[in-house]
Amino acid sequence: MADNQLLINGRQVAFKPGQTILEAAQAAKIWIPTLCYLKGATPTGTCRICVVEVAGMRTLLTACNTPAAAGMQVQTESLKVVEARRTVLELLLASGHHNCAVQSEGSGDWTDYQLKVQQHDGSNELCPAWGDCQLQDLAFRYQVKSGRFATLPGAYPTEMANPLIIRDFSRCILCGRCVQACNEVQVNRAIQFGNHGAQAKIVTPGDKPLKESDCVFCGECIQACPVGALVEKKARYQWRPWKETTVRTTCPYCGVGCQQLLHVQDGRIVKVTGVEGAEPNQGRLCVKGRFGYDFIYSEERLKTPLIREKDGFREASWDEALDLVASKFKQIIAESGPDAVAGVSCARSINEDSYNMQKLFRAAFKTNNIDHCART
Amino acid sequence: MTNSFNEFSRAKMFLIIGSNMTEAHPVASTFVKNAVIKGAKMIVVDPRRHKLAEMADLHVPVRVGSDIAFLNALMHVLIAEKRYDQPFVSSFTKDFDKLAAGVTRYTPEYAAEICGISAEMIRNVARRLSSVKPVMVCYTLGITEHTCGTRNVMSIANLQMLLGNMGLECGGVNPLRGQNNVQGACDMGALPNVFPGYQRVGDMALRAKFENAWGVDNLPFANGLMIPQMMEGLVSKKIRGFYIFGENLANTEPDIHKVEHELASAEFLVVQDIFPNETTRFAHVVFPAAAWSENDGTFTNSERRVSRVRAASPAPGIAKPNWWIFQQVAKRFGQQWPSNSAQEIWDNEISVLAPNLGGVKYYRIEGNGLQWPCPTEEHPGTAYLHKEGRFTSGLGTFMPAEWTPPAEVADKEYPWVLSTGRRLAHYHTRTQTGRCEGLNDILGEETADISPLDAQNLGIDHGEMIRVSSRRGEVKVKAKVTPEVPKGMVWMAFHFRENNANWLTNAVFDEITMTAEYKACAVRIEKI
Repeated sequence: MADNQLLINGRQVAFKPGQTILEAAQAAKIWIPTLCYLKGATPTGTCRICVVEVAGMRTLLTACNTPAAAGMQVQTESLKVVEARRTVLELLLASGHHNCAVQSEGSGDWTDYQLKVQQHDGSNELCPAWGDCQLQDLAFRYQVKSGRFATLPGAYPTEMANPLIIRDFSRCILCGRCVQACNEVQVNRAIQFGNHGAQAKIVTPGDKPLKESDCVFCGECIQACPVGALVEKKARYQWRPWKETTVRTTCPYCGVGCQQLLHVQDGRIVKVTGVEGAEPNQGRLCVKGRFGYDFIYSEERLKTPLIREKDGFREASWDEALDLVASKFKQIIAESGPDAVAGVSCARSINEDSYNMQKLFRAAFKTNNIDHCART
Repeated sequence: MTNSFNEFSRAKMFLIIGSNMTEAHPVASTFVKNAVIKGAKMIVVDPRRHKLAEMADLHVPVRVGSDIAFLNALMHVLIAEKRYDQPFVSSFTKDFDKLAAGVTRYTPEYAAEICGISAEMIRNVARRLSSVKPVMVCYTLGITEHTCGTRNVMSIANLQMLLGNMGLECGGVNPLRGQNNVQGACDMGALPNVFPGYQRVGDMALRAKFENAWGVDNLPFANGLMIPQMMEGLVSKKIRGFYIFGENLANTEPDIHKVEHELASAEFLVVQDIFPNETTRFAHVVFPAAAWSENDGTFTNSERRVSRVRAASPAPGIAKPNWWIFQQVAKRFGQQWPSNSAQEIWDNEISVLAPNLGGVKYYRIEGNGLQWPCPTEEHPGTAYLHKEGRFTSGLGTFMPAEWTPPAEVADKEYPWVLSTGRRLAHYHTRTQTGRCEGLNDILGEETADISPLDAQNLGIDHGEMIRVSSRRGEVKVKAKVTPEVPKGMVWMAFHFRENNANWLTNAVFDEITMTAEYKACAVRIEKI
């Protein structure tokens, strides 16, 4: 075998120097499950779901942080691997309120368990991450029946103190992806691992609520969370993956032009995420890009043309309003020439709008008095 | 931007001047921070010690409006110590002698007086800049919103040419643009001197090309007016009909009293927008427009990337796409415009008429979009400009600039400098972000940011209401005492109407671009 190749499940796979087993496998489209692994951040091997069997090694190795080596023989779904993953999943399911269909408490009483979780949630809705949870997906895939380990009670109350991000510690699997998203991806350095053992928790300095911390509410942590521990408050229980259609678009705020995925249900945007791998933002958004979408549904929107009367505006039809504007501009141009009219275009609206506005001023009104706020 | 955002995380060194990137362009700043973590160097030049400065190798706290003196002194050192890129300068530029002569008197000692920093710091910055190649310069409105804004920009270009940092990946001159489509609005010719694609209105051949394309005669060939001239024209009655599309001028322009007087003077004002706002109060006719996510189209970002915008939900009531409204007005002037969708406007008109956009068609920008120049449908787009020193106009021309102080400086009566900008959670006048659930809870009111030293001297507590006044107006606002701000400075934004910084700002403008001096005027602060 060449010195840049290894065997994965009996298949020869090429790797680049420095690549991990996981990266080599992903490049060859061989699936290895991950939970704590966050692309672009330093792999930690914390969750151990990505373990693989490597010939000649006594223990299973975590694929996310083991370098690929020439001639290595890797099994990604051997009996030993599957057994280990099932144990990992059982422990994770038992670690908190993972109340999807696979889960029951040690006693096996599914209904009692559900009622207890609903009481904790203060809601009788399904888990907010139902259908969008990597732990749930893996539990189904590996047919993990929980109950071997006793379910731990949620050690910390859910943080609802800010209007944007809900932190449900009872569903946190301590994978650390949010910590990496905050520290290595967006570099806002607002959260860290805190406490030890059964008391382990993701914390801000001094364990204060996010609102009193350095958090800038970019929501990168929500996008990184593989389970239901971090969710958008505005979308909680509303957004359901089986109800949505998604639309890729460009953010309406600053000049970076981040690519957004709009999650739309019944003709309404219910949440926004960053498009992974897209230029220029690689899945990242800021507080405005992620949470600044619902202005379009404000009742205060202008809904009909308005014409000023002595005591304020009255509603008008398009024809009436357009006729009035055209006749008034024609009159001014006839009396004072085309340069007696001027227009300001919009740097927030689409190119095609600005194009048509300058065309209106130049081709119809015959003036170059057209500008926009580029200069301010 | 001459370069692209995806170069940020690979850059070796940044000079970031007049840009509070973590708040104004948050996602761009994350890539800068990624590079710094990997070992890239960063020098932040800004009167304020803002968030990004915390990660910088060096924060250079120049005085407001002293940029040209600082940049000229850097070039003085580079030339005096022969630390500039001589092969690049001799091969790809002209008028180096003029530059060398122009910066002669800007010794570090002379500039240090103007900038309020030490001469040693200036030498230090110059030497650091010359020790790494390439260096990426990023700037924002801290450079442009001055009466000397154009000369500020030219000085940055001079510096990057002198260092040979043009035409290279991870180098260049990179203004981060403020609005999502301000690049696009320029590209589309919403400017008084150019047709779409920066084609001059006074060029008779180009004029004929557009007359032919649009099926009209006698296109105007004299440059039109810029916004401040239009506004003044409303008062002098030179402008009788005024059409404002999607700008809340009553809050965003300097000196609100003046602006509102101008708007109130309009004989006939049409405002086309998505919300009633401070500007629609002055309108005679209001057109309701479809908003972002209510129609299809394109935005062009800072790095010249044309990306798709798509409809997700219907517009309310009988609001209509803006392009449709303009088309309907044109129809009443006897013109039948054939394009009946954003895609038809782009594919059949814009990309046909603007040579740099010739290869950008909707079918090509379903995913990541394309960066212009992209002249043909086979062209992959352009990630960075001036490759291998090939400047658009041949050789890169050095244009030395003289430093001038802001139009209004601190004096006995108004002893503080007010500088303005944006804060993270809101966008401009909050017509949009103010109506998004949660964002007002993150930032619910304006503050006047002052230094701990000034607060102490005046006996002002953090969170106390104070009065800030200028020669144009006054506001009552909460004091935010923060070490980000240097002594002698007050810093405010314009997100909230009642204590908007523009009640105070000075309506003076750069002589070429007519950009207003939002970054500097004189104010007084008082306990109430």
